[in-house]
Amino acid sequence: MTPPAVKKEKAPSYASSCNACRQCTPLGACLAFKGIEGAVPFLHGSQGCATYIRRYLISHFREPIDIASSSFSEDSAIFGGERNFRRGIGNLTKQYSPRVIGVATTCLSETIGDDVPSFLRQIEKDVTESEDQPKLVHVSTPSYTGSHIDGFHEATRSVVKTFAVRGPVNNRLVIFPGMVSTEDLRSLKQDFNAFELHGILAPDYSDTMDGPAWESYHRMSPGGTPLSELALFGGAKAAIDFTHCVADKQLAGSYLQETFGIVRHRLPAPMGIEATDRWLELLSTLSGKEIPAHYQEQRGRLIDAVVDGHKYLSRVPVALFGEADHVLGLCAFLSGLGLEIRLVATGGKTKGFEEAVNNNLSGESTPEILNGVDFRDIERAVERLEPKLLVGNSKGYTLSRRKKLPLMRTGFPIHDRFGGQRLLHFGYAGAQRLLDELINTVITHRQAESDVGWTYI
Amino acid sequence: MFKVGIPFAISLCMKTTLPHKSPKASDITLLKDRQLSVHETDGSPVEMTCGLASLAGAVSQRACVFCGSRVVLYPVADAVHIVHGPIGCAAYTWDIRGSLSSGPELHRLSFSTDLRERDVIYGGEKKLTAALLELIKEHKPNAAFIYSTCIVGIIGDDMEAVCRKVAAETGIPVLPVHSEGFKGSKKDGYSAACNALMRLVGTGDTSNIPLLSINILGDFNLAGEIWMIKEYYQRMGIEVIATVTGDGRVADIQRCHGASLNVVQCSGSMIHLAKAMEEKYGTPFLRVSYFGIEDMSRALYDVAEHFEDPELTNRAATLIKEEVSVVMPRLRELREKLKGKRAAVYTGGAFKAFSLVRSLRLLGMRTAIAGSQTGNKDDYKELAEICDPGTVLLDDTNPLELAKYIQEKNVDLFIGGVKERPIAYKLGVAFCDHNHERKIALAGFEGLLNFAEEVHASVNSPIWNLVPRRRNQEDAI
Repeated sequence: MTPPAVKKEKAPSYASSCNACRQCTPLGACLAFKGIEGAVPFLHGSQGCATYIRRYLISHFREPIDIASSSFSEDSAIFGGERNFRRGIGNLTKQYSPRVIGVATTCLSETIGDDVPSFLRQIEKDVTESEDQPKLVHVSTPSYTGSHIDGFHEATRSVVKTFAVRGPVNNRLVIFPGMVSTEDLRSLKQDFNAFELHGILAPDYSDTMDGPAWESYHRMSPGGTPLSELALFGGAKAAIDFTHCVADKQLAGSYLQETFGIVRHRLPAPMGIEATDRWLELLSTLSGKEIPAHYQEQRGRLIDAVVDGHKYLSRVPVALFGEADHVLGLCAFLSGLGLEIRLVATGGKTKGFEEAVNNNLSGESTPEILNGVDFRDIERAVERLEPKLLVGNSKGYTLSRRKKLPLMRTGFPIHDRFGGQRLLHFGYAGAQRLLDELINTVITHRQAESDVGWTYI
Repeated sequence: MFKVGIPFAISLCMKTTLPHKSPKASDITLLKDRQLSVHETDGSPVEMTCGLASLAGAVSQRACVFCGSRVVLYPVADAVHIVHGPIGCAAYTWDIRGSLSSGPELHRLSFSTDLRERDVIYGGEKKLTAALLELIKEHKPNAAFIYSTCIVGIIGDDMEAVCRKVAAETGIPVLPVHSEGFKGSKKDGYSAACNALMRLVGTGDTSNIPLLSINILGDFNLAGEIWMIKEYYQRMGIEVIATVTGDGRVADIQRCHGASLNVVQCSGSMIHLAKAMEEKYGTPFLRVSYFGIEDMSRALYDVAEHFEDPELTNRAATLIKEEVSVVMPRLRELREKLKGKRAAVYTGGAFKAFSLVRSLRLLGMRTAIAGSQTGNKDDYKELAEICDPGTVLLDDTNPLELAKYIQEKNVDLFIGGVKERPIAYKLGVAFCDHNHERKIALAGFEGLLNFAEEVHASVNSPIWNLVPRRRNQEDAI
């Protein structure tokens, strides 16, 4: 791997934001809570936050996503939101009988200085000795700091803090996968099975956010990380945080390490060939088992396909955008396929992003790296750098249309294609799917642009 | 009042129900504070509790004040719309409505001051001023709307002062929209938007406006609907001065007080503007709906009658006859396929629900559930009158109530928006989007045909044979 030339990060030059490349902190927290068994997210703030986030998540997941709100009024904003908070928790408990209520704050309740942890303590004091009382988990998510990714990780960490207890060492392997697709979550579970490991994902919204049709309505979608399992996290054999970019202080695995001395591994999610190799090697080490043959077969077919397809992709200039860890995964995989990465952009301001991108490049790419930007910045960079292909989430469609560039959709959110919630990115199978779609995107575009009407490409 | 479901005392015992067990419809009970907002029609007087703030913890389908303002002003296509607040409010409303423009498309860009922690501490006025100046310079809009979000109401930015200053500097109207999310409900957001519009109205030249002239208020040009409606009125010989706000333009709004009549659809969102214009400029207004043959025809006749010109009425009659004769043959066919099916309707404003109930009846269908986010007492009385006995009326409802009645009334179709769609689909119920995201025109005469085709395509799809709830019902029969 040749060390690429480092390019300077460009600071955004506008006072305003135009076409955001990130979502707000509470959205991530809501999604994380949806991956916990029997949990309902609850936003302490205005009614709109809950409704907007529901709508946004529904457009991606196409599933019922009930998020409660303390529905602030003017009075709550002036005199504090405790009354509405208590009322909201009471009503939610009556209607849903949840096992967990995941409370995330909003910019409003944070700014007026509501002391939510003390509200929770008070409620727990008031309703003692009732097994039916849901457990309340709190995460502070003012939307004027960070992005949905911060909210996601911090909510996960809060859940683990609430439920994990010290106990004898057990055989659990605990994975904190980050904000990934439901199919990615399922693929991780298949990996555990293949290595006969007792792996547990937290959160796990593979069923709650991508479940079957129902015979009758469920208050809470079935699925999620079981609470009984969360309790065992304090004695887990090992914990894994899938991230390159998120700080340890925000991570659940890191919390388990600090608090219970659990062996923690921090590695990028298994996107692309090398990252999958690392992941499977780790599973092999943890399980003491050889990597099962079917992975070798998958890998073999994948490499064969990479060779078959490399001429379609070689030197194709591409721009990547989206959530930091996701684009890093893409960056490593796509640069290794011979595409020329010209732009790597992320919406949330991410520490060490530039260095991380440079460490994840192979081949000859020397991309411009944009950190904490919006789609106006990305569009300017695209004009300058002239990529021929865009890879990222649906929010890049406006740009793709204006610049007449094909967009291959990955990550979150996917609002303008069907099945975005179950796109597979992980493992050799995910890499194979990404490879096929990349090549087909290039071919489709080439075919459409040509006057000839090629029947063989 | 509350006649369906289980009394509240039992609902308290619900706690003991295992949360992950799938409850039957009858297991879902209403919260005590929700019981007066639900009514099953039986001929007795309707006294619904409505127009209140959403109940905390009830998982309302409503959004907030900001949402009300944002949806109303959003389609003004030659203005920049800047959300003053943290990024979420702008991110979730970026290109959210299918409001089409025949010209500029500034409304499809999502601008925000993207407030950060330091702005919350030190105030966001400087950032807002800079944002406004750079955006006005770059996009050369004809006006700017600045939406305040929750946090702005708390940190106390003087939006009025910033707007005055920037307006003076740039020479365009810069309009604050007081839409802090917590200051009421979505309906208050409509009023805030109308207040902002009222600052524009009356500032333009009204010469050359003929007597036979109207403004179309409260249509948002989803899927180009306002162009259809405008064309109907033009065919009658009436000039449309401003469309507010669908395919809206600042200059049209500025001179719209010169029109003879305001024709107001979606009365919830725009009635405030119509009343303000009546008070200030003496412009009378009519309430109409463009959904369904009956209501569309009435909208044309009422305007003709307003001008007391028999010739106009004749032209309206001719137009209606022509249009109806085009769509009727196919509508009759569809009616045969839809006859006897049951529908649930949940809309933003109640006016749309009235039209839908009437349109469904024309298609041979029955409305079993009807509700709205923002209806008032009179609306629900009227809804009760036009619905069959045994219809469940809902104000500001939530997913569990909807699920309960979808199952109890065993509806075949749900008409609503994106947030209702997965509830219907999970239970194997057909769906028609009658909200922001739709891409098919449902207004006007051809719109009703589109509506019927869409309903038929979903209701009579063979896929319902596959879904568990429906399959089990058939087994039971």
